[in-house]
Amino acid sequence: MSSPLKDAAAIVGIGATPFTKNSGVSELQLASECVAAAIADAGLAPTDVDGLVTFSLDTNDEIEVARAVGIGDLTFFSRIPYGGGAAIGIVHQAAMAVATGSARAVVAYRALNGRSGQRYSQGVGGDIVTSDLIHWSWYMPSGLMTPTSWVAMFTQRYMHEYGAKSTDLAQVAVSTRKHAVNNPAAFFHGRPLTIEEHQASRFIVEPLRLYDCCQETDGGCAVVITTPERARDLEQPGALIRGVAQASAADQEQMTSFYRPSIATLPEMDLVARQVYAMSGLSPDDIDAAVIYDAFTSIVLWQLEAFGFCSVGEGKDFVQDGNLEVGGRLPTNTHGGQLSEAYIHGVNGIAEGVRLIRGTSTNQPAKNDHVLVTGGVGVPTSGMILGKLD
Amino acid sequence: MTLPAKQKRELESKLQAYVGKPIGPPQVGRDPVNVPMIRQWCDAMGDGHPAYTDPVAAERSVHRGLVAPPTMLQAWILPGFEMSVETEAPRDEQQALHKLLSDHGYTSVVATNCEQGYARYLRPGDELSAETVVESISEEKATALGIGYFIDTLTTFRDQNGDEVGWMKFRVLKFIPQQPAQTASSADAAPAKPQRIRPLLGHDNAWWWEIVNQGQLPIQKCNGCGALLHPPRPMCGHCQSTDLSHVIASGKGEVYSFVVMHHPQFPGYEYPLVAALVELEEGTRLVSNLVGCAPEDVHIGLPVRVCVERVDDELMLPVFRPAS
Ligand SMILES: [Zn+2]
Repeated sequence: MSSPLKDAAAIVGIGATPFTKNSGVSELQLASECVAAAIADAGLAPTDVDGLVTFSLDTNDEIEVARAVGIGDLTFFSRIPYGGGAAIGIVHQAAMAVATGSARAVVAYRALNGRSGQRYSQGVGGDIVTSDLIHWSWYMPSGLMTPTSWVAMFTQRYMHEYGAKSTDLAQVAVSTRKHAVNNPAAFFHGRPLTIEEHQASRFIVEPLRLYDCCQETDGGCAVVITTPERARDLEQPGALIRGVAQASAADQEQMTSFYRPSIATLPEMDLVARQVYAMSGLSPDDIDAAVIYDAFTSIVLWQLEAFGFCSVGEGKDFVQDGNLEVGGRLPTNTHGGQLSEAYIHGVNGIAEGVRLIRGTSTNQPAKNDHVLVTGGVGVPTSGMILGKLD
Repeated sequence: MTLPAKQKRELESKLQAYVGKPIGPPQVGRDPVNVPMIRQWCDAMGDGHPAYTDPVAAERSVHRGLVAPPTMLQAWILPGFEMSVETEAPRDEQQALHKLLSDHGYTSVVATNCEQGYARYLRPGDELSAETVVESISEEKATALGIGYFIDTLTTFRDQNGDEVGWMKFRVLKFIPQQPAQTASSADAAPAKPQRIRPLLGHDNAWWWEIVNQGQLPIQKCNGCGALLHPPRPMCGHCQSTDLSHVIASGKGEVYSFVVMHHPQFPGYEYPLVAALVELEEGTRLVSNLVGCAPEDVHIGLPVRVCVERVDDELMLPVFRPAS
């Protein structure tokens, strides 16, 4: 039986603020600007929007954004936890809302002063003891308290089991950077990277080097989701949501799922992949391009495996020979990714997924029928396959 | 440790009896608002505003005469050094409330918040009194400092005519300190060394750290099905039992994965810092540090042994060394 969510929603507008290292404005202003831009891109008025959804981590209340942007009544609002894992989770919420009639048009947004404000690279901590802080207490006394350190722990084991090398990770960084060079919105616009430069960059947490790690960015991104019927009446070609899903797998921890039989795979992303392929009826061979969540280079390899572009352990081979570049098997992170465009918690990747379907990426591949977009890694996560709206 | 549930309920009902009540009769200022005190305050605060200390300029200002800095509000009613003298019996209901909490182990106090509002400028000659009411007492909260209660008081300041001239909301946390209080240091003691981030203790993990403090490495065990569990949790995921105990690990294991941390560097840790995911011979894994081994000599599969060590002045941590 096919899912009622299949082809039941489309992304019809995208919007973003400039990506900077010091915005000089509030996160609420960033949120308001990107939401307003996405609504305008869709050719809608703020009062046409009746749903808002964002990350639990986002500091911008839906009602504050609604008031600032001039969105009137809201009939749907929701939040998704677990950091960047929420990236496609917010689209999933919006798709369910418009498919069920809970809302007519929903804006999914994320805005943060990720460099000038709270920096995730600076580790965890806080004042009130929650189950979350009890969780981090298993790691903080040992000093293992930054995203890089947690991902490095998985990476070391993965490299040990499958023979992946730091130069394989460098291939991801270099391929992604090539895309950023052509993207005026990217932090690394016009600044290429070589394997040698990657290898010469300092260790942050061994085995991960500086250029294995993403940006820290001030900025916001938003997308508008509505039904295919309404989407056909709007200005932009809609990006149809063919399959979309969230997943948390057995024995899941937030960034520290170290206690499973194997830590060299991503069971939660496997579960996303099974769902989005089943819902869409598509297979890896049908995917023409991808926006793969890249907070770190190594997590790209694991997702290529989870989504069946190669076998488990073969991600290191797949990323060679320009396979991730335009003209390669799977043009990936054509905006420059979070490694080289900006770190907006994966939501800038949704916008790029939509541009790929519209044919307007600054690194546009010729074939663009289906685009995979994924959420954060190491946490309960999400993903989707976008296609063209008839 | 926190109180058993019954004792806690009794304590909390006693605490709630203080809410809404004045802590005693209004306090009366020892002196009227006066120019020498204002001048000393302005000297100490570095506030050179002429309306506070220059009679001629003040006369020409909108105030038409000298006024006191609004933030001096509380200074006019403070009892002086007497307030810091320890007495056996509480002098007012606020002290009685604090003593009640101290007697139950909530021995430490820290001011966390103060807000003031002002109805008018005070002038030399004004005579102040202040009445303080316990506005609210929170539920028990677990904070980074320790488990405790937030106490909010509201003080209303009145002049010689009984008119309100200002108010102050003050919040303190009365808490069980996470760590034993620092012993008084001698005059030549070195400045405190930065320390590692402590584990925050709650109902589901404090027992584990207590056993570590006694020099052993525990592993949670389900009495329902025998499963060993790490990190500990409040219910066994295999059989849903809440009947949980622990075993003491043999301390033997091997490195399952590891990282060498360089950036960012946190105070209290030495870098490069090796964190290892160790698989114990009992089958559970845990994250800790590897010591007594150069970072370049660490490899997956390295046999290691636990040592519960004092890693700084107060923190005991199970760390691992190469087994050979
Ligand atoms: Zn059990």
